[in-house]
Amino acid sequence: MSATATKLPRWAELALLPAVNLLAALLLSGVVVKILGESPWAACRLLLGGAFGSQDGLGYTLYYATNFMFTGLAVAVAYHAGLFNIGGEGQAYVGGLGVGLVGLWLGHLPFLVVMPLAILAGAAFGAAWAFIPAWLQARRGSHIVITTIMFNFIAAALMTYLLVNVLIKPGQQSPETREFGPGAAMPAAHELLARIGITFAPSPLNFAFFLALAAAALVWVLVWRTRWGYALRVAGQNQAAAVYAGISPPRIIVQAMLLSGALAGCFGLNELLGSQHRILVDFPGGAGFVGIAVALMGRNHPAGIFLAAVLFGALAQGGSQLSFDMPKINRDTVVVIQGLVILFCGALENVFRGPLAALFRRKEAA
Amino acid sequence: MVERINPTAPALELRGIDKRFGSVHANRAISFSVARGSIHGLIGENGAGKSTLMNIVYGFHRADAGEILVKGRRVDIHAPHDAIAAGIGMVHQHFMLVENFTVLENVVLGVERGALLAGSLAHARAELEKLARDYGLEVPLDAVISELPVGVQQRVEILKALYRGAEILILDEPTAVLTPQEADALFKMLGRLRTEGKSVILVTHKLREIMAVTDRVTVMRQGAVVGEVATRDTSPRELAEKMVGRAVLLRVEKAPARPGDALLRVSNLEVRDRFGVARVKGVSFDLRAGEIVGVAGVSGNGQTELLEALAGIRWPTRGAIELGGRDLVREHLDPHARRTLGLAHVPEDRLRLGVVMSFSAEDNAILGYHDGPAYHRGPLLDRTAIRGACEQKMAAHDVRPALPAQRISAFSGGNQQKLVLAREIDVDPRVLIVGQPTRGVDIGAIEFIHKKLIALRDAGKALLIVSVELEEILGLADRILVMNGGEIVGEVARAEATEEKLGLMMAGVKEAHA
Amino acid sequence: METYTVIVLTLAATLRVATPLVIAALAGMFSERAGVIALGLEGMMLGAAFSAAAVSAVSGSAWLGLGAGIATAVALASLLAFATVTHRGNQVVAAMAVNIMVSGLGPTLALAWFGLGGQTPQLNEVAQRFTAFAWPWSQTAREHPLPGLLYAELLSGHNLIVYLTVALLPASAWLLYRTRFGLRLRAVGENPHAVDTAGISVNSLRYQAVLICGALCGVAGTYLSTAASAGFTRDMTAGKGYLALAALIFGKWKPYPTLGACLLFAFTDALAARLQGVALPLVGVIPVQFILALPYVLTVLLLAGFVGKAVAPAAIGVPYSKEK
Repeated sequence: MSATATKLPRWAELALLPAVNLLAALLLSGVVVKILGESPWAACRLLLGGAFGSQDGLGYTLYYATNFMFTGLAVAVAYHAGLFNIGGEGQAYVGGLGVGLVGLWLGHLPFLVVMPLAILAGAAFGAAWAFIPAWLQARRGSHIVITTIMFNFIAAALMTYLLVNVLIKPGQQSPETREFGPGAAMPAAHELLARIGITFAPSPLNFAFFLALAAAALVWVLVWRTRWGYALRVAGQNQAAAVYAGISPPRIIVQAMLLSGALAGCFGLNELLGSQHRILVDFPGGAGFVGIAVALMGRNHPAGIFLAAVLFGALAQGGSQLSFDMPKINRDTVVVIQGLVILFCGALENVFRGPLAALFRRKEAA
Repeated sequence: MVERINPTAPALELRGIDKRFGSVHANRAISFSVARGSIHGLIGENGAGKSTLMNIVYGFHRADAGEILVKGRRVDIHAPHDAIAAGIGMVHQHFMLVENFTVLENVVLGVERGALLAGSLAHARAELEKLARDYGLEVPLDAVISELPVGVQQRVEILKALYRGAEILILDEPTAVLTPQEADALFKMLGRLRTEGKSVILVTHKLREIMAVTDRVTVMRQGAVVGEVATRDTSPRELAEKMVGRAVLLRVEKAPARPGDALLRVSNLEVRDRFGVARVKGVSFDLRAGEIVGVAGVSGNGQTELLEALAGIRWPTRGAIELGGRDLVREHLDPHARRTLGLAHVPEDRLRLGVVMSFSAEDNAILGYHDGPAYHRGPLLDRTAIRGACEQKMAAHDVRPALPAQRISAFSGGNQQKLVLAREIDVDPRVLIVGQPTRGVDIGAIEFIHKKLIALRDAGKALLIVSVELEEILGLADRILVMNGGEIVGEVARAEATEEKLGLMMAGVKEAHA
Repeated sequence: METYTVIVLTLAATLRVATPLVIAALAGMFSERAGVIALGLEGMMLGAAFSAAAVSAVSGSAWLGLGAGIATAVALASLLAFATVTHRGNQVVAAMAVNIMVSGLGPTLALAWFGLGGQTPQLNEVAQRFTAFAWPWSQTAREHPLPGLLYAELLSGHNLIVYLTVALLPASAWLLYRTRFGLRLRAVGENPHAVDTAGISVNSLRYQAVLICGALCGVAGTYLSTAASAGFTRDMTAGKGYLALAALIFGKWKPYPTLGACLLFAFTDALAARLQGVALPLVGVIPVQFILALPYVLTVLLLAGFVGKAVAPAAIGVPYSKEK
């Protein structure tokens, strides 16, 4: 009965409600900024200006958005199978190892050879890191939320070990590898644009942005237009009905997590091949967790994820701009805002649904 | 304020109770009263508003309008504890017991005496022993609920209400989990409560029960009271017509069966649950073309496990299921493979197994058949074909509204069931197994579904029907298997079956002694 | 004798490491037994760790720090309860939101208030911390190593919160199994409908459970920043909330088995600390990163070994609505 009482028109469900939730999260973020002793309005202006006010700002925004699209899609695919994959951070980290190894070992080959190999390696490493929690959930019923969190910690330990003891560039203090070969560099967006005669300020935005868009399209087709996607959604919504229909939930769990891990693993294509050109400690920098916010905000739909990723890209870029100009704000503040967005778009979504539904009912009655 | 208790006032009186859920008018100005020391029947179809009304009386829902009087005094019931304080007790259809608690702990929950448990438990123990003597309600007080048979669990529910000092006892569909004999024992007990001056409201859709025990009966239809009579002045036919609003067939018309070859052979099947307890024990039977075999039994006696093993949802630990010369168990065929061999399954628990509530009707109409070539173009789903197929099923099976894109949760239970049935018989299976064909389905749809099933039989299909409604089994089956404790305790031809005979077998009395 | 000393010292370290885990696991027990998933332990502890250290640094009183720690964790718990109980939001999502938000909020406020990069000022004064205190004659006792060392290191020489935890365990078990409140709490995690029909408010019970969970997390977090170390540092819980939750699951949601699981974690941790830099036969020196990862690997192993969900509170993670 309560379902009918809180039913919203489709457009409101898909656009209005997320917008209201986002607004609430941003309002509360403004309160946090105020508590920190800065002006929310000034912060807002600086943030928007930093993210969209210049060509290189926009470039950075879309560059960050590329990262968040990969991790957001990873969360969404698992979500449709009824799984909450919190391991995007670790999967991106280990997937980056795969991408990086291709860059280190095969970077002397031409880009057109390196890129597919890097995609394969990133996806394979990320999928492999997701496999163990997936298998444990499917076969042993181990809580995947906890195991994926643990795998984030274990990935961090493993990668630190590898970077400190194995992959470190000889004769260097900081734990990072040597630079990749020239064939392992994603073409930068401003260079690609220059080729067709458009001048655009240099930024780390690169070809991986299009790969992320392609990944989003691929996820859409897979989840909503194939029989595998149908099976995935049945298993995610109702496991018993899946068994009834001849769909094996354990198999779907493992497959979905492999795809999820593979998507997160592609993160390195943008961050490493597109920008850093080496593997360094903690390069995901929380992007895996941002993916959760992006997926929830984007209603686990690729189109929504694209928009949410741009929003969080703007937040990341504008936020770093902000920390230059406002000494009391740093990248941790952006993490707070991410948390608030997850809270309002994920956990508190029902708070505004009721009142909105009442509003629509009254309008209908009138 | 001086309480004025009128000794002649009814135990419970409802005046103009009105309740809406969104656009659904669940209760329309309902008024009736229950005399002291009487058993009052409340009868109506699924969705007639009986449960809503009783939930209002028990404080689960708030009425939009109307008032409730107990012994002539107006009471405000906002929550269950107000109802309990007013002397109203309720035994829900799904028991409200904590499975891993003992009987004693369940009884004291919510009416503990003080912050420590020891005292409450000791007090309850003494009190319950007295109640058990007074009403013949023996239960093992220290047993854990999950280890007790459902019949005993029901007694715990009644004890709970009496321990809370209930003067008015509401029972919602109490016999769904009982054999006819157990039901008779329950009714005898209710009779005892009546002589002690307590009042009982019996909510049911079974006419037999109303006729057997009640003093008066109120009939509800579409949220409104459509009649109230003394039970001795009415007949089952009259009540049925009031419930439905038109003349109804209480029996389905059908020709004698002409069974052909055995299509499904089950031999020595054993199924264990996840705790290793055998739920189906050495079951063997044949299912022939052109016949309907009914499986009767009190729910929880292995029927669910049998159905799920046949459908491939559960793996038997022993035995064989042969279909078209292939052993489904040894070949380890999953539900999908079984469908391709011509075994279709309408599941017992529609909401849990049969549909995905968040999906549209058309997406539900391909569940289990989503791999079929008709629904694909290359690797992609063919949405046009899926919609077309759903429209066709909806038309052929009178599913209303005929909107393939609408969420299945927005359809009534009867229409959901018709769609599931359509999905399963549209592929022209050789064998159809059906669990609870008409659970949660209104009378109009029941007739439709029964006719469809008989038409399938007449088309030479083999049907296995599991139902806890004896009337349904008697109406449909050509041959009846009775299950008790996981075993088939006997087989009866339809012509020789009576409710009494089946009831004894359901209670575990073997055929030979019956 | 050398070995004996090492064993006693390792056991004493186990006790100190186990303390926040045990408190957090008991906190989780109250929440999960009432049917609310306790993934928020991590965030509530971290928030408490920050407030306790910050208030203690400013006020100079560890007790005020404890009060602030508890208040913060309870506030976060109320937020969780508001989202998941009142508004029936997804419990896992709500908890992760709080965890992520708090992981950013601590360092942000530390920067804004103390101008230090993501940490609170060092707590140098005795009154600012819950420090270990020695029992009478523990120095003398050391002269008779066998019982003396046990007395001096294992029984004596801990801070107040460690001793409180020893009392907290039987108290929690008693509350859960011997009182009206415990009966209702366990009932609401198994079958909230039964509780509702018995005339008890499901929401109010779940609020109480989650708030108790918050209060205990407050103590655990305070321990981390004012007893186990001298101030708050970024992400200082380092997954302890999740470890506690894993211990609770492995302990089948029962107080004493959960204690056992916590001690196992703590012992591994204490042992690992001893192994750092020590060359072992066959394997040599284990890289420090692997030693640090040991508790996480252990968690995965414990969860993998734990089969069946039958013992979990039946209604866990399911928002309560009257309809079904």
